[in-house]
Amino acid sequence: MEPPAISVQGLVKVYGGPAPVRAVDGIDLDVAPGETFGLLGPNGAGKSTTVGVCTTRVRATAGRVTVAGIDVSADPTRAKAQMGVVTQFNTLDRALTVRQNLYHHCRYFGMARAGARRRADEMLDRFRLEDKAVGMTMLLSGGMAQRLQLARAVAHRPRVLFLDEPTAGLDPQSRLALWEIVDELKAEGVTVLLTTHYMEEADSLCNRVAIVDHGKVLVSGPPAELRRSLGAGTLITLHLADPDGLRPGLEALPGVTKVEPSPEGLRVLAVSADRVVPQIVAAALGHGLSDLAVTEPTLETVFISLTGRDLRD
Amino acid sequence: MTDHPSEATRPTPGRAFLGLLERDLAALRRNLAEFVLRTAVQPLMFVFVFTYLFPKIGQGFTGAGGASFATILLPGLVAVAAVFSGITAVGMPLAIEFGATREIEDRAMAPAPVWMIAVEKVVYGALHALASALFVFPLVYLVPATPVSVHVANWPLLLVVLLLASAISGALGLTLGTIVKPERIGLMFAVVVLPLTFLGCVYYPWERLAPVRWLQVLVLANPLVYVSEGLRNALTPTLPHMPSWAFLLAMVACLAGLLALGIWRFLARVVT
Repeated sequence: MEPPAISVQGLVKVYGGPAPVRAVDGIDLDVAPGETFGLLGPNGAGKSTTVGVCTTRVRATAGRVTVAGIDVSADPTRAKAQMGVVTQFNTLDRALTVRQNLYHHCRYFGMARAGARRRADEMLDRFRLEDKAVGMTMLLSGGMAQRLQLARAVAHRPRVLFLDEPTAGLDPQSRLALWEIVDELKAEGVTVLLTTHYMEEADSLCNRVAIVDHGKVLVSGPPAELRRSLGAGTLITLHLADPDGLRPGLEALPGVTKVEPSPEGLRVLAVSADRVVPQIVAAALGHGLSDLAVTEPTLETVFISLTGRDLRD
Repeated sequence: MTDHPSEATRPTPGRAFLGLLERDLAALRRNLAEFVLRTAVQPLMFVFVFTYLFPKIGQGFTGAGGASFATILLPGLVAVAAVFSGITAVGMPLAIEFGATREIEDRAMAPAPVWMIAVEKVVYGALHALASALFVFPLVYLVPATPVSVHVANWPLLLVVLLLASAISGALGLTLGTIVKPERIGLMFAVVVLPLTFLGCVYYPWERLAPVRWLQVLVLANPLVYVSEGLRNALTPTLPHMPSWAFLLAMVACLAGLLALGIWRFLARVVT
């Protein structure tokens, strides 16, 4: 079997100071070559710290991380040569033009001048940035800046790509455009580790995800498998004026697997929507039912059922 | 996607280092006009007012031992140009890259050890400082209305002083860039650069401070003093100046101290 492209074993990171913070509290992960792996969790779950350790920017307190088989703390220089990184902040070189950002990046990675020029043009073309080539990066919109960051991160053909909240703050259209590009990179066999707190992002891009909270992996697996693990095919959200006392009655209904409080009122997980919805409506009418939504469970539902909290809490 | 043999990446720390240096020079080339103005205006105004205008309107100074003020100023202004060029070339951009834009997170991913990325900044700062010194020299030599007596008796000494001064400049830029917050840059000029300049033996030789003994001792903590005195020794040996061993030793010590502090701070801020 091929060795993992990314291996994280027993990773712990404690940020010191007067009030030490255990940002990562024993994370284990293996990402296979060519796989797209998502770390899904709320802000402060330890996702960015984990990526920080993988990309040599954060020193691990305990544990071992290898990227492309190279121990990142023992040999960070060689490890860096194998990876491309997109951070959640715009770290484009503001002193240079768009083309120069790509050209000089290639030069950092040891490409010859002519090759770096050609590669920069190739990336401009592929990421649809030719029009902006001679402009300064400050003039780029958020979506274009993020596209350039991604172009730069893959310009030296890294074996492993780290995307830390790649679409945070982007408009929906730019987000979709970025997903398309990530899909293409996947097709080319690049291993991708991405962090996100957008469940749709993890769901649509990743072969496997790990749901992370308080520095620990709660559960990991293919998105479809995680959704199935709920044992429910349907999520029914009830908007209620007065949810008190309704829960036991709903839990007793055949086909209902779980009932939990939500900001709207109650959330009901059921095997399927057939037959059970009318029964739920009948039971809820006396509790000020104002609206009801029937959806398929998502990774967010998985997160909620594991933690009792929303991803955005 | 076409793969071309010349596009092969051969990452080595040495190539990353040169790549980063090439990037800094490219950024400088984009801002060449700014470099010229930044470097030229201050010394030009200084020599124009004090060594051209003052003699013309009969409001002159006479320097130590009958030397013209212009002769005293020449090494001093070259020293200022060199030493503080590192702050504008390295310190200010670095403070912003660390504090505001977080660009450093990208630069730190270049496949080289982090300390080497810090040293690259020092080398770039040193090149910038050397260019500034060479650029200012003709200005302070040609503008004064009174004679400027420059005489290089010891070329190797001049070269060593210039190289050490440039390296100190780069290391000072690295250190300040990793310590000062971007919103405090203006304050840094007021509380660091100005006092260092006025108390840096730029406008007077160190030996002439003897009547104000406490100040003569105090200014020995200022690296600019040794650069001014070193250049005075190398360029205008007729003026009083420190012995070579003293300023050379002090310059090496300043460089070592600033390098150690700057690299340590850089590492601490890049890898958390």
